[in-house]
Amino acid sequence: MNAVFACLVIGGLLMAVLSGRVTEVNQGILTAARSAADTLLGLLGIFTLWLGVARVAEKSGLLAAITRLLEPLVRRMFPSIPPGHPALGAILMNLSANLFGFGSAATPFGLKAMAELQKLNPRKEEASEAMCTFLAINTSGVTLFPATIVALRANAGAADPVDIVGTALFATSVSTCTALVADWWFRRRARRRN
Amino acid sequence: MVVPAAGEEEELAILYDLIAGISGWIMPLFLLIVFGHAYLKRINVFETFVEGAEEAFHLVLRLMPYVVGIYVAVGIFRSSGALDLLASAFQPLLSRAGIPQEILPLFVIRPLSGPAALGLTADLIHRHGPDSFTGRLAATVDASTDTTLYILAVYFASVGIKRARYSLPVGLLADLMGFMASVYICHRVFG
Repeated sequence: MNAVFACLVIGGLLMAVLSGRVTEVNQGILTAARSAADTLLGLLGIFTLWLGVARVAEKSGLLAAITRLLEPLVRRMFPSIPPGHPALGAILMNLSANLFGFGSAATPFGLKAMAELQKLNPRKEEASEAMCTFLAINTSGVTLFPATIVALRANAGAADPVDIVGTALFATSVSTCTALVADWWFRRRARRRN
Repeated sequence: MVVPAAGEEEELAILYDLIAGISGWIMPLFLLIVFGHAYLKRINVFETFVEGAEEAFHLVLRLMPYVVGIYVAVGIFRSSGALDLLASAFQPLLSRAGIPQEILPLFVIRPLSGPAALGLTADLIHRHGPDSFTGRLAATVDASTDTTLYILAVYFASVGIKRARYSLPVGLLADLMGFMASVYICHRVFG
């Protein structure tokens, strides 16, 4: 991220000096800073709504019910985790939070899952197979309803803010399937080498 | 990725209509299920809602420096003409694949930083309009994958893992396929 940030800023400023577009750059900087704040403050209301809804689902046990429903599916993905191990629960809470687009709720559960997986890991400085699978699913971004992006589009005055939910669902399915297949392939290759 | 044969065109059109139709029902139905279930379970729904909602303010404050930083960095890069120069170099390749050139920075930034990508997506939506092809493609790309490098760094660091093994190539490959799938499906549905 540091390299990208440096490239954008330094590359842009060098380009401005070389091309003499100083006025445009000055204006660009001021407009950008203001519209960043405008955008985020515009999201504040909808963030508040979803975090409230997430807490209700958690407290009513709905989140836990979804977890129980999905457990058979997940157990097959993590054969190295013993049945009923707390790692499975934490993984499911994280995936459920991700599925419904509650990114900020997903991270605490994800870190708890990593801690539980580390207890099962024989080599403490090397990622276990279960960790690699867990992060493959996580980084590919499984989401049923991308609340933040929908809020962003609603805020920008989209005619139908949710019309990208279907396309995002397709793309995330492709990306998650790719992650699972790639994870399986790399895992098999690593086992053969040992 | 499925490439449709000529005979399947009509079937796919119905499927895409269905996808677009389902989209509109997800939010109200989800809210109905959550609140209805909580009420039947005799949870104090309003109090619980407020309790969770309180976190949003801190979340937004935490995101602010990232978003302002990347907005300004991208603002400099674009207003100086550097972005146009870069994009024009890739344009023949991108236009052959039906990808608007403005989306290129998002492909680069999406795996690096979630807030940064969100900032870039917001900016693309703001500049091109939420219902433009670029706006919808940006929204689809941002919504469909997650921040690979950030997640790997934070999650592994939290338990002291030093060797990530094959996690990085798996994550980046998934991102790449997610981008290609986004371009394909947006052309089918909105193109």
